Amino acid sequence: MVQPLTYFKESASQTAGPYVHIGCTPNFSGITGVYAEDLGSGSLVNDNTRGERITIRGFVYDGVGTPLKDALVEIWQADADGFYNSPSETRGKADPNFFGWARQPGDMATGEFAFETIKPGKVPFRDGRLMAPHVNFWIVARGINLGLNTRMYFSDEEEANAVDPILSRIEHRVRVPTLIGRREGNTVTFNIYLQGDNETIFFDI
Amino acid sequence: MKNTPPETTPFFARDRAWHPPAFTPGYKTSVLRSPQRALISLEGTKSEITGPVFGHNILGEFDNDLIVNYAKPGEMALGERILVYGRVLDERGVGIAGALVEFWQANAGGRYRHKKETYLAPLDPNFGGFGRTITDENGGYVFKTIKPGPYPWPNGVNDWRPAHIHFSVFGHGFAQRLITQMYFEGDPMIWICPIVKTIPDENAIKGLIAALDMQNTVPHDMRAYKFDIILRGRRSTFFESRKEGN
Ligand SMILES: [Fe+2]
Repeated sequence: MVQPLTYFKESASQTAGPYVHIGCTPNFSGITGVYAEDLGSGSLVNDNTRGERITIRGFVYDGVGTPLKDALVEIWQADADGFYNSPSETRGKADPNFFGWARQPGDMATGEFAFETIKPGKVPFRDGRLMAPHVNFWIVARGINLGLNTRMYFSDEEEANAVDPILSRIEHRVRVPTLIGRREGNTVTFNIYLQGDNETIFFDI
Repeated sequence: MKNTPPETTPFFARDRAWHPPAFTPGYKTSVLRSPQRALISLEGTKSEITGPVFGHNILGEFDNDLIVNYAKPGEMALGERILVYGRVLDERGVGIAGALVEFWQANAGGRYRHKKETYLAPLDPNFGGFGRTITDENGGYVFKTIKPGPYPWPNGVNDWRPAHIHFSVFGHGFAQRLITQMYFEGDPMIWICPIVKTIPDENAIKGLIAALDMQNTVPHDMRAYKFDIILRGRRSTFFESRKEGN
């Protein structure tokens, strides 16, 4: 016998189901009057937010190319200087005018999601090397048993992407473009493919 | 909140054999929505170990009372009145203070207030079916609701969901983000549900079943169910094998 290790197990995940919007974006789902607004639904940007304004748009596609109309997408990103607005951010103080987290449902008719935000700065990897600017994504929906984590990098950051510690360790180079949002003007398009030839890289974080 | 220093270490690796796999053909919708390639492992960087903090200012007075938060003045939702309470802990057993907990559910007849819902059970005009709260300094939370009913759903020709409440939980890091469902002690429907059965480990399923707790019942008012939610734990900081570059 040995001394027992007293750890709990993480609660098992279950799908968000078809009615996740009732709980997470009730106003969007048509139930008004309980919450003043849906959490995370507005623009991340106000007049005093530092950084370059961008809109991230995209769809989540299933294995036969049909856009999901019931997905819920959350993003988490650093501010323009690469600081997260979080107590666990110990390197410096993030822009008080940038919350860094937002949540959007896909449009009920088309499935498209959109985030009004800023382009994040570079955040160091664990060894101090800088990671290229990126936005962290979390995707849930009916049929997804455990939320999916991925990252969006930027097509206008080729140099930084080339030395990014995460991107550069990916063995199958042909898959790397699935993590790159395509920037045109102030719009960055980032489509997420759950399955198929273009399956997005998802991370075990 | 207690004045403890923020934790900056990565989370324990997620036990993927404990959670449901992505591809679970018994739950048909997962078939085309399940990534088929291996996940790429990413040891927690600042991007994963940090997370947003939600202030109590987002909460309305009745956000954690589903019996009244949608009801007309002076009226209440129909159904078995219950309290659901518990703690949000991490795998080390440490209570997670300030965690945002959101919940949604069907009404007492098993009907959701949603455009795409087709079940013939009636809507309750006094029940919206959702609420939220933020955990106290020990990770504790509580809300009032009515016990949801089971409902049929399109999967197999005769599949039913057991009574359940959906939960969405934020810990302190984006990598702790979790959505799950709570079931009720003694419900025989749990063990024949295709969504429950996506979870391979029976003990993992038992971890989602709330216990009837007569000790916390409010006499002549409402019974209590206890449901603790466990999020990923953080590694200790005894030694760092790399320099603290971040
Ligand atoms: Fe449900």
